[in-house]
Amino acid sequence: MKGVTVTMDEMFDVLIIGSGVVGSAVARELSRYSLKIGVLEKEPDVCCGTSARNSGVLHAGFNNKPGSLMARFCVEGNRGFDEVARELDIPYKRTGKLVVGFTPTDRERLLAMKETGDKNGVPGLEIVDRNRINKLAPAVRGEFALWSPSTAILDPFQYTLGLAENAALNGVRFFFNNEVTGLEFSDGIYHAKTTKATYRSRWVVNCAGLGSAKISAMLGMGEYTIHPCRGEYFVLDPKIGPLLPLPAYPIPNPAEGGLGIHVTPTVDGNVLIGPSSEYIDGDDDYSCTQQAMDLLIKGGSKILPAIKREHFIRNFAGIRPKLTSESEGGFRDFVIERRPEAPHAVNLVGIESPGLTAALPIAGEVIRLMQQVETFSPNHGFNPVRKGITPFRNKTPEQQAELIKENPDYGEIVCRCETITKAEVLAAIRNPLGVDTVTGIKYRCRTMMGRCQGGYCQTRVAELIMQESHKTPEEVLYSREGSYQFTGTVR
Amino acid sequence: MEMIRKRVVIIGGGPGGLAAACELHRKGIRDILVLEREHQLGGILRQCIHDGFGLTRFGQTLSGPEYADRFIDEVKKLGIECITDTTVIDITPDRVITSASASGLLQISADAIVLTMGCRERTRGALSIPGNRPAGVYTAGVAQAYINLKNIMVGRKAVILGSGDIGMIMARRLTLEGVKVVAVFEIMPYPSGLPRNVEQCLNDYGIPLYLSHTVTSINGKSRLESVTVSEVDASLKPIPGTEKEYECDTLILSVGLIPENELSLKAGIELDPRTRGPVVDEDYQTTTPGIFAAGNVLHVHDLVDFVSLEAENLARAVVAYLDGSLPSCGITIETDSSIGYTVPQHISGEKDITLSLRVRRPMKPCTLELWQDSKLLATKTLRKAIPAEMEQITLPVGQLVNTNSVKVVARNA
Ligand SMILES: Cc1cc2nc3c(=O)[nH]c(=O)nc-3n(C[C@H](O)[C@H](O)[C@H](O)COP(=O)(O)OP(=O)(O)OC[C@H]3O[C@@H](n4cnc5c(N)ncnc54)[C@H](O)[C@@H]3O)c2cc1C
Ligand SMILES: Cc1cc2nc3c(=O)[nH]c(=O)nc-3n(C[C@H](O)[C@H](O)[C@H](O)COP(=O)(O)OP(=O)(O)OC[C@H]3O[C@@H](n4cnc5c(N)ncnc54)[C@H](O)[C@@H]3O)c2cc1C
Repeated sequence: MKGVTVTMDEMFDVLIIGSGVVGSAVARELSRYSLKIGVLEKEPDVCCGTSARNSGVLHAGFNNKPGSLMARFCVEGNRGFDEVARELDIPYKRTGKLVVGFTPTDRERLLAMKETGDKNGVPGLEIVDRNRINKLAPAVRGEFALWSPSTAILDPFQYTLGLAENAALNGVRFFFNNEVTGLEFSDGIYHAKTTKATYRSRWVVNCAGLGSAKISAMLGMGEYTIHPCRGEYFVLDPKIGPLLPLPAYPIPNPAEGGLGIHVTPTVDGNVLIGPSSEYIDGDDDYSCTQQAMDLLIKGGSKILPAIKREHFIRNFAGIRPKLTSESEGGFRDFVIERRPEAPHAVNLVGIESPGLTAALPIAGEVIRLMQQVETFSPNHGFNPVRKGITPFRNKTPEQQAELIKENPDYGEIVCRCETITKAEVLAAIRNPLGVDTVTGIKYRCRTMMGRCQGGYCQTRVAELIMQESHKTPEEVLYSREGSYQFTGTVR
Repeated sequence: MEMIRKRVVIIGGGPGGLAAACELHRKGIRDILVLEREHQLGGILRQCIHDGFGLTRFGQTLSGPEYADRFIDEVKKLGIECITDTTVIDITPDRVITSASASGLLQISADAIVLTMGCRERTRGALSIPGNRPAGVYTAGVAQAYINLKNIMVGRKAVILGSGDIGMIMARRLTLEGVKVVAVFEIMPYPSGLPRNVEQCLNDYGIPLYLSHTVTSINGKSRLESVTVSEVDASLKPIPGTEKEYECDTLILSVGLIPENELSLKAGIELDPRTRGPVVDEDYQTTTPGIFAAGNVLHVHDLVDFVSLEAENLARAVVAYLDGSLPSCGITIETDSSIGYTVPQHISGEKDITLSLRVRRPMKPCTLELWQDSKLLATKTLRKAIPAEMEQITLPVGQLVNTNSVKVVARNA
């Protein structure tokens, strides 16, 4: 890790624990103020937890109880997204979404969802018939559906990265491979002990996702339990992408505590099927199971019968940090609190779906709670704009020729499946957060994510990492500490 | 942007593309351009440093690079224009090629295009193996590239999934480099690679091969720690209770090759779901006029010698095409369930044609038969046939009775 070091007497105004989408949003919003901010993250990069492992849907807000934080922040997050996407230069698409139904009971459930949505202030909800479904998404099965025009799709990694890089640009420092193992409060100062060092700060914000109950206990609020609930996905080849212009969902089963197995396009043209729903013991078990895979194929084909085995390019799993146990089922509202027993800590627990959509309003709420006891002065140098890596693909030949002329590295195709060039890979390796793991590069520029899964490009990417970061083969990491890619040279 | 014209453009400078280029030149075509995305010509052979190439073509056994060099030398001697470090990113149905390199974007309008882009490997994702996603899982070709081209070692203790040729060759290569190869597991009840590789790469080194076994879980959170292996039943489903865990830090996948046809699709070419390569006629012409295909992009070959021969036949057809004298090919070649695929898929009925094919399952003594309606056109007796080995049978044109389809069948003797 190129990384950053911290000296023992260094003192932060705010330490944020966790750099998922929520921690990154809090970091970015706090960087509007003149504060010294650090982010402690146990993984080697931002967005290694739940934020990277979800459907990537910017929800509209018709699934959440009127009056709840979930409902409010979801609708707000959806509404404000165009602006932040522009500022952070991140891809997203207002596709709209269909929730499909088949039976008279289904119709009643859809009407109830529409009513909830209307109450929450979701714009444009409509019950549509088979004909409209055919027009909106001809390959999708369903007798009728709830049509939500404001739902969008986004790349959750790019979003989190955009927030974090913008925060870094505005002075926030990220400390990776730093798991917080203890928090002590003395003389008005928090001492956050991590696997690497001890950090001191006046404020702590708990954005630890699946680890949030543990951090909460360290802060003296021991009553929370996170019930990890795994959701598995299949990623399908972009070949099938044109068949699915928008997310198509079934009617959720409330007992399950998820939205049901749905199919959704990604901004990169793939299709996801998922997620399954399975309460598990550990909060770190992202393995995929045969049973869930079979279930996904069944569930997905119900809505999108065109799915074929040959379209599968990989699978992954995410874990919902649920506050409700398996026997309770359902959802509990986000916990976002500042309590008398820890007045300089903001505690976030149970940020499950729609946490991705709601991240920025959640950050706004965090800051509101902090400002109840302290007024922050503005950071006059704050710049809301962050530039992403300019992609080569999906440009006109003229634009591509122009890119190569400006930077010949754009003419070197490193990844043939996704047409990613050396210029993009180098930009990814030289990222502002100093991350140089193979997966870090992969998520930043999409090499190794196509149908050949790195068969063609991974040797080149590994070579470029070694070159740029001056690493020996043994030092190249796939992702976490210990995930060495190579054991040395041949001779 | 620059737009140039060429008589023939060859996409891919592997053994297929180079053989086609040389033969075109010998037949009098001079305005040829070979485009290759790598820095060097030679294709996949550059990383195949083992020997076993060239027995059919040159009557002697060569290493991959030696075999490739014969063609590279020839191309140089003939002065055929080859541009390396250049990736073709688009082909249109009316034969305009777009390629990218550090010196810019180039558009070429070609009278004929030859597709020789080779193939890619099937991956873990295509198999959907359950478990974690640690470091240390490589496809065989990638591991081969790291070791043979980049001088980088991928692990210390390996399990190999799939008995494809590359996997077996890698089992031997890794053993020679001091890596402990625990075993090779194959889901089918027979090896998917050539018998000579089972002998020379596994048996000679005491590496066990377990048939009807597959990896059912990949374990380890940072680096691979172990794999769980299960026996499978006749329908290839894992049998509960047969799980066994094998400690290893590396898993090598050798689970099949897929012709590389993303560009072909852009050119509007129809693919055959069995070969996953273009549907071609007896002249190797795809369904898009003026675009031809040979080598691994057409169907995956086990021996490079046949790639060269196929590409040379293709070159002669391209010459005829440029002269405007290719026959139309209205007779379809069909298969029954005993046959995996045939190439070509369409013929003219105007000349004798050699069909390349693979049986679907291993067969003991058997006969290949060609039928039209109820007439037996030709037979060929084989001592044995396995899916790993490509077979060929010639269709004598004089035997054809009409323009109905011809059916290929393999029957136990
Ligand atoms: C299957 C699934 C599908 C979903 N689909 C959607 C959707 O379509 N739309 C939507 O809006 N929402 C969706 N969600 C919800 C959304 O993904 C989450 O609400 C959101 O990502 C939560 O972000 P977070 O930052 O709180 O958590 P995380 O991304 O998990 O971040 C927490 C971070 O804290 C770190 N951490 C934990 N403990 C410690 C410690 N002790 N020290 C240091 N660091 C620590 C972790 O490593 C992690 O990086 C989905 C969730 C799941 C599981
Ligand atoms: C790992 C491996 C081991 C093998 N071992 C043996 C063996 O022991 N004995 C034997 O006889 N045969 C062996 N074979 C088979 C034989 O090597 C192949 O059949 C033969 O190399 C195929 O030749 P080809 O020209 O069709 O494809 P390739 O050799 O793959 O060449 C294709 C070329 O096209 C280029 N290309 C692809 N797309 C583009 C594009 N868009 N733009 C520009 N260029 C492009 C590629 O870079 C490559 O150079 C092996 C094959 C493999 C994969």
